[in-house]
Amino acid sequence: MTDTWTVATIVAVAAGVVGFFVVLRGSAFVADALPTGAFAGAAGASLIGVSTLTGLTVFSLLGAVSIGLLGRRSRHDVATALTLVMMLGLGALFLSFSTEYAPEIYSLLFGEVLGISVQEVAPTAALAAVSVAAILVMFRPLMLSSLAPEVGAARGVSSQRIEICFLLVIALVTSMALPVVGALLIFSLMIGPPAAARAFTDNPYLAMALSVVVAMVTVWVAIAAAYPTNWPIGFFVGALSAFWYAIGRGWTAWRRTRSVRGAPNRDGGTPAVAC
Amino acid sequence: MPAIFEPGFFTSSPVHVALVAGGAVAIVSAVIGVFTVMRGQSYAGHAFSDISVTGGSGSFLIGISPLWGFAGASVLAAAIMDLIGIRKPRGRDLATGIVRGAGLGLAALFLHWDTTQTSASGVTITVLFGSMFTIASSIVPVIVAFSLVSLGVAALLYRPLLLSTVSTDLAFARGIPVRLAGAAFLAAVAVAVSLSAMTIGAILSTALLVGPAATAMRLTSRPALAFAWSALISLAATWLGVLLAYDSFYWPPGQHGWPVSFFVVTLIFVFYLAAQPVASRRARAGRASAPAGGE
Repeated sequence: MTDTWTVATIVAVAAGVVGFFVVLRGSAFVADALPTGAFAGAAGASLIGVSTLTGLTVFSLLGAVSIGLLGRRSRHDVATALTLVMMLGLGALFLSFSTEYAPEIYSLLFGEVLGISVQEVAPTAALAAVSVAAILVMFRPLMLSSLAPEVGAARGVSSQRIEICFLLVIALVTSMALPVVGALLIFSLMIGPPAAARAFTDNPYLAMALSVVVAMVTVWVAIAAAYPTNWPIGFFVGALSAFWYAIGRGWTAWRRTRSVRGAPNRDGGTPAVAC
Repeated sequence: MPAIFEPGFFTSSPVHVALVAGGAVAIVSAVIGVFTVMRGQSYAGHAFSDISVTGGSGSFLIGISPLWGFAGASVLAAAIMDLIGIRKPRGRDLATGIVRGAGLGLAALFLHWDTTQTSASGVTITVLFGSMFTIASSIVPVIVAFSLVSLGVAALLYRPLLLSTVSTDLAFARGIPVRLAGAAFLAAVAVAVSLSAMTIGAILSTALLVGPAATAMRLTSRPALAFAWSALISLAATWLGVLLAYDSFYWPPGQHGWPVSFFVVTLIFVFYLAAQPVASRRARAGRASAPAGGE
């Protein structure tokens, strides 16, 4: 049980940090596609007899590169969708070759967090550390290319190179988290908590820290709730993420109405339009 | 001939059903897909296929027809996405993701209940990967009817949607209810996607929605032509996929054929890549004919 808590916390930290940029850059589709597509790699791995982690890593990295390359010449969402379906198509092929895989898909999609063993702690922690370190190293160029790509380009930050690097980091987080928490869980953690965090503060460092905290609370509550009910943990994470998002949106809306209503009283002029 | 069409292809009734139902769904997805890709809503289209899984698994629980479960859940999701109402693409994708995450979370719960109460553990896999050869022939009329309705809605929305996709301001000026047209379109996507997800599986429904449309838009910039190309490519990929899957029964490793989904997706992917040279030639021609700058 302690291993479960440890691994889930590690995953939450990585998801919170990477997720901040996923939300900032509007990469929700990619963060969704890579985990979903990568689990086809697990099917392929079981077919040729290598470890699941290898299959996941290879597939998610390939997916990231493919999205990056296709995305140069076409719309980003089209590139992502086509890469995703191609990976899933391969997954369907692999699955048709191996027959005894069916129950494992379910756990890969929805997570098997309560069955985490002690051997999984070390690789998860290592991959998480690498992804968080990569994000921290790229922090400034990532911020720049996310918020003002033109300024970034003028300063010599190639937004295409940054994009590929960022996709690779998402792929890394994906392959680390997928076997333990499932494709669905990692994706919800990467967008729900950061989206809420961004609504509360404009300071990037604070938002990132807040998003890590919210992600951690999410997994802790989800594990605590899944244990007695025996309901799938993915349900709690998905529902909580939607809940955080709703709170964030509600807070933004409330602050906006307050600032619009309050503005004339303070300076007597026309109300400032918040956007 | 026999080398291409393995014996029995034209007489097998699962093949007939696959060709008719798959073809109908392919054309609807392709037509709705052109608008979807133009409006940059591929992610929403993909999300509906997963969310309809929620409805499908829920319908097993409460004992209604899966068709209503599939369509109901995705139309509900479309309504929620529209209510969240973000127009900027970044925020819109985020809202889509949140709805999809919550939907899949519910699906996990429903499937958990399904599997603990009944023994329908294969439901996830069937829904996700689908198989055109297992379509019940009884639902073919339903599929064709729904397809005609979706096509009718698309035809009805054609002009207002095209205008509001190209220029929101212009559409406003012409008195087109942009928000309403967008909502109606999202509902049409939801119905079309849930229909195809149920018939041919979630993978193929995303593939047929986005792939042929994106390929068609590489081939031409005229909307009407794009629709025709998209439908043609989609139909070709589906039927060729069915044929290859039928033939693959005799391929290694034997015992059973390769999945239809794999073939169709691969064909769509290859078509898309093959259209790249055409797109770059068109881009060059466009630049050459307008050297004075601009677009």
